[in-house]
Amino acid sequence: MNNSAGQQERIFRGIPASPGIGVGRVFLFRKEEPLVIERAIDAGEIAAEIERLKLAVARSLKELSKIFAFAEQKLDRKQSRIFEAQMMILEDAVLFESIYGRIGKEMKNAEAIVQGEIGKYQRMMLAAKDIYTQERANDLEEVRHRIVRNLQAQRLVSKFEGSHIIVSQNLGAADTLIFSRNDVLGYITEVGGATSHMALLSRALKIPAVVGVHGILSELQPDEEVIVDGHNGIVILRPDEPSKRAYERKKQEYHRVEESLIGLRNLPAETLDGHRVQLAANVELEQELEFVKKQGADGIGLYRSETLLIGKDSFPTEDEQFRQYQLMAETAFPNKAIIRTFDIGGDKLMADSIRENNPFLGWRGIRIMLDKPEVFLDQLRAILRASVRKNVAMLFPMVSNIKEVRLTKQLIAEAKDQLRSKGIPFDDHIECGVMIEVPAAAVISDDLAREVKFVSIGTNDLIQYLLAVDRGNDIVSDLYQEFHPAVVRFLRRIIERAKQEGVWVGMCGEMAGDPLATMLLIGLGLDEFSVVPTILPEIKKIIRSVHYTECKHLAERVLAMETEDEIKSYLRTLMKQKFPDLPMQ
Amino acid sequence: MIEKEVTIVNRLGMHVRPAASLVKLAAKFRSEFLIEKEGMEINAKSIIGVMTLSAEQGAKLLFRFDGEDEKEMAAAIIGLIERGFDEL
Repeated sequence: MNNSAGQQERIFRGIPASPGIGVGRVFLFRKEEPLVIERAIDAGEIAAEIERLKLAVARSLKELSKIFAFAEQKLDRKQSRIFEAQMMILEDAVLFESIYGRIGKEMKNAEAIVQGEIGKYQRMMLAAKDIYTQERANDLEEVRHRIVRNLQAQRLVSKFEGSHIIVSQNLGAADTLIFSRNDVLGYITEVGGATSHMALLSRALKIPAVVGVHGILSELQPDEEVIVDGHNGIVILRPDEPSKRAYERKKQEYHRVEESLIGLRNLPAETLDGHRVQLAANVELEQELEFVKKQGADGIGLYRSETLLIGKDSFPTEDEQFRQYQLMAETAFPNKAIIRTFDIGGDKLMADSIRENNPFLGWRGIRIMLDKPEVFLDQLRAILRASVRKNVAMLFPMVSNIKEVRLTKQLIAEAKDQLRSKGIPFDDHIECGVMIEVPAAAVISDDLAREVKFVSIGTNDLIQYLLAVDRGNDIVSDLYQEFHPAVVRFLRRIIERAKQEGVWVGMCGEMAGDPLATMLLIGLGLDEFSVVPTILPEIKKIIRSVHYTECKHLAERVLAMETEDEIKSYLRTLMKQKFPDLPMQ
Repeated sequence: MIEKEVTIVNRLGMHVRPAASLVKLAAKFRSEFLIEKEGMEINAKSIIGVMTLSAEQGAKLLFRFDGEDEKEMAAAIIGLIERGFDEL
């Protein structure tokens, strides 16, 4: 369909950098390289040229200290220090000694020498192997532009009238912050990643942002309409009427939900009649940690340690692992951080390049680790070392018989002895749990429960194994049914049997974060939900708005139903009635 | 002159904030402080130099302290590295 200007809308896909939706007009920010013309100077001009540079640096410092003060008001200390680093560059005596020296020796204007000297460092950073250092080259560029601009006595245009969406090739930390003094509805850049300072600051400033939108600049005109969807990384240029209406609706919905959820952060995940459950966060990437506390989680319910293996061809050392686990423990403190040992194999990362006909029924999870006791011991020691504040637990994936649990416990005892002999502290009472994801483990969940302190149900695999459906297989994927009566009844069995043995039962599969399942799972007696941080406030809202007694009643009804359709339509109707505001699939 | 090999323990390596802490601490001493990594040598009293090192976690660096207060400087700097720049 065409928009009012008679042109077709264009949809671009980028990387979601900061959630939220913005609809508005484009403010095109051309971050131009300041024009630097090399000019020879006489010996008599040298002192004056150095003075001119000193003045420009002093002006730049003043600008940055204003930005820094503004950052400290709007951001937390850690984030503001980005600007402190830029100020330190301006005060870097070693750098400026060499710049002043070059002005005298090469007899060139300050702009040219600054450009050359700082540019040299910038190129070295861009040549670095790690993406982190490459991105920091942006900080240098910001500083260099600032000095050159002040040398040319130009002022930065960072003010505009009305509300706009800023589109630029790239945005530095200072740009992002300075623009936010205007009414910014969103940020779109052609380059950049989710870990850039710009992304971090947009999130802190709660401005929607999409980065890595290649080719958008050559397609747009200033003041054109654009939609930025920071949840999904979508940008719509020249949106037509239906798109605009749909996004306006989404935006309002998002704001309404956001506002109603904001007050929940410090409230417990407790039903109206006082039944308390644990609502924890699943964590894969370090970047998600900032959301754990912000979203009001009861700690980390699942840290997938296998993410440490991404991009590596060998297992990380004990020390490397320890630092990561310690970070999880610190973030979760005083709540618990549950660390799942490497779940490799299946569709996940392969430990070795062994071809298996049936990887899902093959060498994976605890099976691999028990076959590689040295690797397993490294990991167990690393987890134990991170447990000194007594808030760490370990979780073992793919357990299918009790022997595996007993062997694992022997290895834990061995790991503890090794640490003890070196005088390294750890929590001797660290809690261990098993994943219930193989149907056999579900059947013997009472026996398993006697060996451990908790069990955690991994619904994604459990459902695949129970229903004999590979959900990655398009031909049968519709048979993957979260609400299949067999699944619901199996869950009840697992939860009941384990609880009879006095252990608590958690769930860390996708079902735990499905709002449609929340009441049912409470009713089945689940003690802990571990969900992706973004969905956490919604699940908490549901928990806090229902009665445990009605959930139990609901579970009884669902347990008697015979088809998934029946169960789903019953739950959907009920949820729509009770929570008309929550977006439900 | 004191020479000492150190390993960076921070998970993000010596990124902006640790680099700033290092340079600030170095400024309190009079001795010269150089860092060598894979053949590249920088003046560690310069933030821009330290940032350029791109010392990731596990990176091995050679520290050289030279001057009247080199002993005290080495002890203070090594302590900071071992504490993970107080960021751990």
